[in-house]
Amino acid sequence: MIEGSAWRRWVFFRLPMGIFLIFLLFPFYWMIITTFRPDGELYIPWYRATYKPFWTWNPTTAHLKYLFGETTFAIWMWNTTFIAVVSTAISLFCGVLAGYALSRLNFKGAALLGTTIFVTYLVPQTLLFIPLSEIIRTYSLGDTPWSLILSYPTFLIPFCTWLMMGYFKSVPKELEECARIDGAARWQAMLYIVIPVAVPGILSAMIFAFTLSWNEFIYALVFLSSPEQKTVPVGVISELVRGDVFFWGPLMAGALFGSIPVAIAYSFFVEHYVSGVTGSVKG
Amino acid sequence: MSSVTIRHVHKRYEDFHAVKGVSLEIKDKEFVVLVGPSGCGKTTTLRMVAGLETISEGDIMIGNKIVNQLPPMDRDIAMVFQNYALYPHMTVYDNMAFGLKMRKFDKAEIAKRVNNAADILDIKDHLGRKPRMLSGGQRQRVALGRAIVRNPQVFLFDEPLSNLDAKLRVQMRVEIKKLHQRLATTSIYVTHDQVEAMTLGDRVVVMKDGLIQQVGEPLELYNRPANKYVAGFIGSPAMNFADTMIEEAGGAVYATNPTMKIRVPEQIAARMGPHKGKPATLGIRPEDLRMANGTDPEDLSFEAVVEVAEQLGSEIILDLKAGGSAMVASVEPTVRVKPQQKIRLAINPAGLRFFDATTEAAI
Repeated sequence: MIEGSAWRRWVFFRLPMGIFLIFLLFPFYWMIITTFRPDGELYIPWYRATYKPFWTWNPTTAHLKYLFGETTFAIWMWNTTFIAVVSTAISLFCGVLAGYALSRLNFKGAALLGTTIFVTYLVPQTLLFIPLSEIIRTYSLGDTPWSLILSYPTFLIPFCTWLMMGYFKSVPKELEECARIDGAARWQAMLYIVIPVAVPGILSAMIFAFTLSWNEFIYALVFLSSPEQKTVPVGVISELVRGDVFFWGPLMAGALFGSIPVAIAYSFFVEHYVSGVTGSVKG
Repeated sequence: MSSVTIRHVHKRYEDFHAVKGVSLEIKDKEFVVLVGPSGCGKTTTLRMVAGLETISEGDIMIGNKIVNQLPPMDRDIAMVFQNYALYPHMTVYDNMAFGLKMRKFDKAEIAKRVNNAADILDIKDHLGRKPRMLSGGQRQRVALGRAIVRNPQVFLFDEPLSNLDAKLRVQMRVEIKKLHQRLATTSIYVTHDQVEAMTLGDRVVVMKDGLIQQVGEPLELYNRPANKYVAGFIGSPAMNFADTMIEEAGGAVYATNPTMKIRVPEQIAARMGPHKGKPATLGIRPEDLRMANGTDPEDLSFEAVVEVAEQLGSEIILDLKAGGSAMVASVEPTVRVKPQQKIRLAINPAGLRFFDATTEAAI
C-alpha cells in the first residue's frame, strides 16, 4: 500500500489502478455489450446521431439463441473442455515426474537434458505443425480429438517440466531426506512430502497448461476439419465469419462463453496460483 | 540401542576430497560430538552414517551390520536437521506420526507414542497446529519429537541449534542433554560450536580438513590437546600462542623470544631433547595467566601492554600486546588497569603447552 495522505493514494495508487483496470476489462465489456446488442444497432455507421457504442436500450438474446441453436457451439465447448482437460492431465503427470527427476536425481546429463527439453519448447508451433500433421495422418488421427490431445503435450510437457523443476528446487531437500530417514522410500517421500508441498506450483502449471490448450489455435485449425469436431477458437472463427461477413453478435457471444471457463479456473485457484508463482516453501 | 563403527571412511566428490579416512568407534548409549569449522567433513561424515551420501571408501557399521549399501529408511536411525525440516503441510501430530505410519504401526500405538513424546517435550498443546504457527524453539522440539517416537538405534543431529537465538540455544542444549540421559540412545551430534561440543559430548571428535584431529572426553581435549589446532579450537577465549626458540641454559630448558624467557616445566623439559635449538610454539590459556606480584619468578612471567579491558563481572578479559603477538588474559574482577598500561603477567606453569613449530603436534 502507498503510505501518506489521501491525495497521494489517489494519484499514485487508485487512479493508475483504475486506468489499468479499465484497459484490461474493456474487451470483456465490449464482448458482453455486443452479445446483447440487436443487429440493427450493431451495423449503424459511427457518424449517425443514433450511434451509441457503449450502451444499448434494446438488449436481445437473439445472438445467444443463434449461437446455441444454429451452430454446434455447445459441441465445440465440450470438445475444447475434453481436449484441454485430457492433454493438461497428461502433460502435468509427465511434467511433475520429469521436473522432480531433473531437479532432484543427480544423474549424469540431467542439466543437459533439462536444457534440451526447454529448447524443444522454443520451436515455433507454426513450424512444428508440418511434421506433426504428417504423423497425425500416418496414424489416421486427423479430425479426431486425439490429434490435439497427443500434439498439445509437445509444448505443454516442456512447459510443465520447467515450471515444476523450478518449484521443486525451492522445496528444501532436507524435507525429503528426513522422510527417507523416517522410513519412506524415494517414491513415498515424493508422493507424501514433496508433491503435497509443491501443490501451489502444480496448480499454476495446471492453470497455465489448461489455458494454453484451451486457447490453442493453429493445431486445431490444421488437424480438425468437420464442424462437429472443432474447438471453440477455431469453430467461432470458421463458422461465424463467412467470407467477409462477420456475425459480430454470435462471434462475441462465442468469445464470451469461450473465456468463461478459463476465468473460472483462474479465480478458483488464484490464491494458490499466486503463491506458486511468487513464493516458495518456508521451513 | 546400538554402537556405530566408522572404518577408514573416505568421501570424494568430483573435485573435492571431503573426508580423508575417518575411523571412529562409537559405543552403545554414547553421545559423541563431531566439531570443527565449516568444510571440515563433519556433516558429510554424519550424512554418510545416515545414508544420505554414498561412501567412497571404507565401511560404516551400525551394531555389527555393515550399512554401506542400505538406504536411509532401513538403517533404523533418526535425524534432526538444522532447519528442522518439518513437513509444512502436516500438523505437529502428523509430523511426529509420519515415520510410524510409514513403518505400519497401528493407530493406537502411534497415538500412544506421539502423546508420550509430546509430554516429554512439552508440546502437547500444539499437536493440532501446523509448523508455521510455531516458534523456532517449538519447531525444534517437534523435530526432536519426530526423532524420539520411533525409538531408533541411533540419533543423528546436524547442527540442530544453529538457527535458534543465543538464549534458546542454551536452553535447548540442556534439554537435549536431559533427553539423552533419559533415553540413553546412541547419538552423533555435529556442531561448529565448541561450547556445545564440550557441554553435550561424552566424547568429542575435533575435525579439520576431512581428518580427525583428536578424539577424547571434553576435559581431556581441554587439558591435553594433541596439537595446536585442537588447543586453539577448544576453550573460550582461545589459547594464546607465542613463537619461541627452545634453548638450554644452566641445566634448565627455556622457551625464549624477544619479550619473554619462560622456563619449561620439568616433565615437559624431559621430552624437549630433540627440540633443543629449534623453534616451538608456546601455548597458554587465558585462565592460566594472572597479574604478577613481586614474588613471581622472572622466568614464569612476562611484560605486556593492555589494549582493551573487558569487564564481564565475574572476570576481566584483558586484550594485550606482548612484543609482536596478541595475548588474552582472564584476570580477577578486582584488577584495575587502564589501556596502554604496562603490566606483568604471571604464568601458571601447569598450564604451559608446547607444540612443534612445523608439525604442530604437542610436545
